[in-house]
Parts: sequence; C-alpha cells; structure tokens
Amino acid sequence: MADRSWRDPGTPLAALAPPGPADAPGQAVGTGPVAAPALDTWSEPPVIALRNVARTYRMGDAEVHALAGVSLVIERGEFVAIMGASGSGKSTMMNVIGCLDVPTRGRYWLDGVDVRILDEGALARIRNRKIGFIFQSFNLIPRTTALANVELPLGYAGVPARERRDRAMAALELVGLADRTGHVPNEMSGGQQQRVAVARAIVTNPSLILADEPTGNLDSRSSEDILGIFDQLNRAGRTVVLITHEPDIAAHTQRVVRLRDGLIISDEGKDLAATVSS
Amino acid sequence: MNVADDLRSALRGLSSNKLRSALTVLGIFIGVGAVIIVVAYGNGSSQAVQSRIRALGTNTITIVNRGRFGRGPATGGTQTQTATITSQDVSNIGDPNQAPDVLSVSPVLTGSDTASYSGASDTGVSLTGTTPTYLTAEDYQLQAGSSLTAQDVQNHSQVAVIGQTLVSDLFEPGQNPIGSQVYFGSARFQVVGVLASKSSGTGADPNNVALVPYTTAEDLLTGYTNNFTELIVQAKSAKAVDAAEQEAADILASANQTSVANLPFTILNEATLLATSASTTSTFTVLLTVIAAVSLLVGGIGIMNIMLVAVTERTREIGIRKAIGAPRRAILGQFLTEAVLLSLIGGLAGVVVGVVGTHFRIDGVKPVPTAGSVIGAFAVTVAVGVFFGFYPASRAAALRPVDALRYE
Ligand SMILES: Nc1ncnc2c1ncn2[C@@H]1O[C@H](COP(=O)(O)OP(=O)(O)OP(=O)(O)O)[C@@H](O)[C@H]1O
Ligand SMILES: [Mg+2]
Repeated sequence: MADRSWRDPGTPLAALAPPGPADAPGQAVGTGPVAAPALDTWSEPPVIALRNVARTYRMGDAEVHALAGVSLVIERGEFVAIMGASGSGKSTMMNVIGCLDVPTRGRYWLDGVDVRILDEGALARIRNRKIGFIFQSFNLIPRTTALANVELPLGYAGVPARERRDRAMAALELVGLADRTGHVPNEMSGGQQQRVAVARAIVTNPSLILADEPTGNLDSRSSEDILGIFDQLNRAGRTVVLITHEPDIAAHTQRVVRLRDGLIISDEGKDLAATVSS
Repeated sequence: MNVADDLRSALRGLSSNKLRSALTVLGIFIGVGAVIIVVAYGNGSSQAVQSRIRALGTNTITIVNRGRFGRGPATGGTQTQTATITSQDVSNIGDPNQAPDVLSVSPVLTGSDTASYSGASDTGVSLTGTTPTYLTAEDYQLQAGSSLTAQDVQNHSQVAVIGQTLVSDLFEPGQNPIGSQVYFGSARFQVVGVLASKSSGTGADPNNVALVPYTTAEDLLTGYTNNFTELIVQAKSAKAVDAAEQEAADILASANQTSVANLPFTILNEATLLATSASTTSTFTVLLTVIAAVSLLVGGIGIMNIMLVAVTERTREIGIRKAIGAPRRAILGQFLTEAVLLSLIGGLAGVVVGVVGTHFRIDGVKPVPTAGSVIGAFAVTVAVGVFFGFYPASRAAALRPVDALRYE
C-alpha cells in the first residue's frame, strides 16, 4: 500500500522525470544532467506524481489541513477512483492535480514537470490542453448553448472557428448529445448538462481527465451513461481520475485511493502488476 | 479567443441584464449628448457674435453727439453751451501726429428723407452726409459706378451713392441707376454709385441708405456747418481700436476744455463690447462643457460599478473559464469588451441625440455642432470604457481558479 502510493527512487526531481522515450521529447524538465537511477523501470514519467503534498487553509488563528501530506503516483492510462468521507480532502487534492490550486507544501510533477516552475500562462495552457476537468455541478456557462460551451476551450486554444465547430460537434456526438447542440444549460436535464461538461472536457483531446463527483447529482441511469463515456476514454488511452462516494462506481475502476483527514489511508489496485513492476 | 468571440459574449452578458445595462448606458449617453449640445451652442453663439462684429465694420468706434440724441450731458450745470463736433475736431483726429492709431475719421450727418424717382418713391431713407473714407470704415462695397470723392465734398456736389433697397424700390429690375437724377425731398441728386448689399449687424436696414457729401447734407438738412451727428473713427488695426478711442477722446476733451470722463459725447466701441460679451459667453460655455464632462465621468464610474457587480456575479463563470484554460488576458478582454461596449452604446446614442439636439434654436442661438466635439466626445467615451472597465476586468482576470469556483 505505502510502497504503491509513493516510490522514492532516491533522487529528487530527476527521479520522477527520467529521460523519456523518443516520443516524449517535450518533457525537458528533469531530464537534466542527473542520470536516471538504475532501479527505474519506467518508460516515461508518470502523469501525476505527488510527494508529501499538503494544503493548509488558514481560518483566523486555526489552520485546516485539507491535505496533510499525500504522496501518489498515477501512471499513464490508469483509471483511478478517489474515495473518502466528506471533508477528507478529495476535492482539494483534485484541484492541486488539476492545476487549479497550488500546494502549501510538497511537490507535484505533472508529466514529469514540476508545476512550481510554471507561470500562470503555462498553467492555463496545461489546463486547456492536457487536462479535462469535470465538476459535480454548475459546470456550464449559463445562457450559452451546449455547442458554444464545448467550443470554449478550443477558443482559448486558438483553434479557428470552423474547426472549433466541427470538433465540438464530434465531442457532443460522442456523448450522445448531437441533437441538443443549440440548447442552453437551463433547457437541459442534469444528466445532459453533465454530458455537455464531459464533451467540453474531452474536446481538446486531453491526456488526463479529472472528474470531481461527476455523477453526484445524477440518477443511476445518467451515471451509467457518464461512466460509460469514461470507460471509453480510458480504453482509448486517457488517464481518468474520478472522485466518488459510491462503491459501485469505484468498483468500475482499476484502482481505488482512499483519503481520510487529508491523508491517504489505502490504495488498492486490481491489477497492480500491470502498472508496478518493482 | 478573438474579438468576435469577446463581442458575442459581451453582448450576451449585457442582454442578460437589459434594464441594468440600459441604466448604466444612460450616464454615458447624457454626458456625451450634453457635451455635444453645449459645445454646439457655445460655438453657435460665438459665431453669431463674430458675425455681428464683422457687420459692425472694420475696427471702428463711433463718437455720438449726446445732445443731438437727447441723452443729456452728464456734466450737468457746468455745461454752458451745447457741445458740437466740429470740422476742426475731425481734422485733429485725422492728424497722424495727434492720433497715430487712427486710420481715418469720417464725419457723419444723417437725416431721414423721402427719395423719389420718376413716380416711384421711398420714405425713411437714411440720407447720410459723409466723406469717402466712410465706405471703407463701415465696410460698404461698391457694386457699380464710383464712390464719393474729396472733390465732391469740397464742391458741395449733389451726387449720391445709393444702397440696394433704394435701387429695388425706385428702379425697374435691370435698369441701371447710375447717372439717374433722384430727388431727396426737393433736392436733386445724381446717382454716381451703387452699394453692394450688406448684412445687418443690428436692427436698421443698412441697404436703405444714400451716401452724399457731408457738405451737401449740411446745406440740405440743417443749413449750418460744424454740427455732425457722429464721427466714425477707424483704427489702424483691431488691436489699435482702444488706443484710437483714447486718442480721439483726448482730442475732443481738450477741444471742449473738459476731461475724458466728462466728455459731452458718447463713444461707442461696440467691437470691444461685443468681444467682452463673447468672452463671457465662451467662459460660460467652458463651464457648461466641464459640467457635461463631469457627467461623462459619473457615467464612467457607473460603468465601473456595474462591471464590478458583473464580475462578482459571474465569479463562478470566471472559475469555470479558468479551469478550462482561459488565460488571464482572455478574461481581461472579455470584461473589458463588455465595459467598452456599454460605453460605446451610450456614446453612440449620445452622439445621435446630441446631433439631433443641435437642430433646435435655444434663446435665438443657432447651434453649430463641431466635428471635433462629436469625435472628441466619442473618443472620450471609448477611453472611459477602457479606463473604468480595466479595474473590474483585471480583478476578474486575477482571480485564482479555485477561489472563483468555490465562490457563491
Ligand atoms: N477555501 C477553504 N477554506 C477553508 N477550508 C477549506 C477550504 N476548502 C476546503 N476547506 C476544508 O478542507 C477540508 C477538505 O475539503 P475538500 O473540499 O477537499 O473535501 P472533500 O473531500 O472534497 O469533501 P466532499 O466529499 O464533501 O466534497 C474540509 O475540512 C474543508 O472544510
Ligand atoms: Mg469535494
């Protein structure tokens, strides 16, 4: 369990970002002069690597340790569920992973890059292209059609209008909403809204999908639809991390990470061998 | 995100709260409209004054014999005899050594008479006895024929230069009046010249005149000399008008053995008076423009206020946008576009109302809108939108994604 959540190769930064294979030339950070340790068997850096990450909120004199020091590695292509009681720090961790928040302590490497060195513009680009974020509720821009909502990230990415439209249509089709493109959020059911949000999260083709209780507000039918889409994305090679309270949804995934009071208390994988070899 | 996207989302933002947007726009609208109208009225009234100054003649002052006009001498009991303006005064004022700022001095002796010519007649003609310099001093142009000459004055010649009203009243259309014999009362004059039409500065018709040598007028109207109605003193330049007035006043004061303050004549320096009133008007216009500009400023503050509200209301939206990768400048651009759009709508409406409003006369002043004020007000509007939109927009842009998402 503990060895699963954090593998310390003994070398700080470079260890988490050993020289990648030829197909990952962009990940320059960490590929410095320090050679990759011999025990390392990865072919590429993990998508997510947290080490001793803590997030503390100051409430007047008191300090709330939303995250008290978590270490976690998630490899490319994994489908991970994060569980835990309310207030255990799941959303806080997800926000750190999604580059929406920065840890108070500890370090976070995303695709081998320490996010601390990234400026705001670079973080915005990462949120735009590398990560697809889905929230529990209030996901969509009000008074804006489903199509426009899905097009939005492409707009920020500078994709030309025509291509934006085509790709947004394709994403909406993928989530089964090709006939709802002109609807604004308050003309759609919760399940439909959430599917639009999923379409928006995947439209930029991100390698990492983060979902904070995506089915929390949905009936079981809609939940299944959404989970089906996640399955599909995962099979296509995307890394999916989702927060859930429901054991049967967690059972859907390959790996379940449990939090309590800002700490990881268990980390169980069904196919440990597939991702960890040492 | 490009400008079109920003515009679309700004329009959506504004139309989602139509009443609020309209009320915000109102501030800018009133400001811009007021600036354009006030500037147009200021411009119009100053143009009116300018044209009156032009109609007055060229750098002239008029010295009027008070006694003749019944205004009564201000000197009271010490005055023993009626003061007159004599030809000695005229030649003294005309002397460059005594009055270096005076270009010319024209004595004037006026009377009203009936003009007649072969059956046609015209009553109330202003028969003006004067010298040739009068024409230039009063800005009369000769349309045809010749002017009076010094010779005419010396010879008491019965010649006249007549104005357009007389021409049209006495003569058939197309008939050449030059050389005709016209009667003023019972005296016969030969028409030697015709004046071009002149616009009226004040009330009287400046075209219903006949200019004759003053010597002839003296014979005809009063029967005695050295009793002019008024003197027209032309200064060498606009700047020299006041100096010329002083010199003429000094000469007249010493001739009448009194002080300038007790002079039994009225010296009218209307150009100076008008210039003073024009500068009062322009001060007033500046003041009103400042007030209008302040209302533009207040409108701008209204925009800032409403944009701050909009940013607060849409904090969640900003959070979502940031979560899906909106860079700082995209959020900035979005809210800035919205603010500028607000002020632009107000500015356009203000320009329309301002330009329409300048078609109405107020207090007899015909407003003259200037392109400068329209363009200026409009440019200021855009600047106001940018200036007052910047702070709310940059506040929105600076929000941290988590904080924005958690906001409720
Ligand atoms: N902005 C904040 N200021 C202060 N405390 C906060 C803030 N955000 C979260 N917390 C605290 O951090 C702890 C973890 O919050 P978090 O939202 O991560 O919980 P969670 O596991 O997502 O819970 P839930 O399942 O209810 O969503 C909670 O105790 C919460 O009160
Ligand atoms: Mg949560």
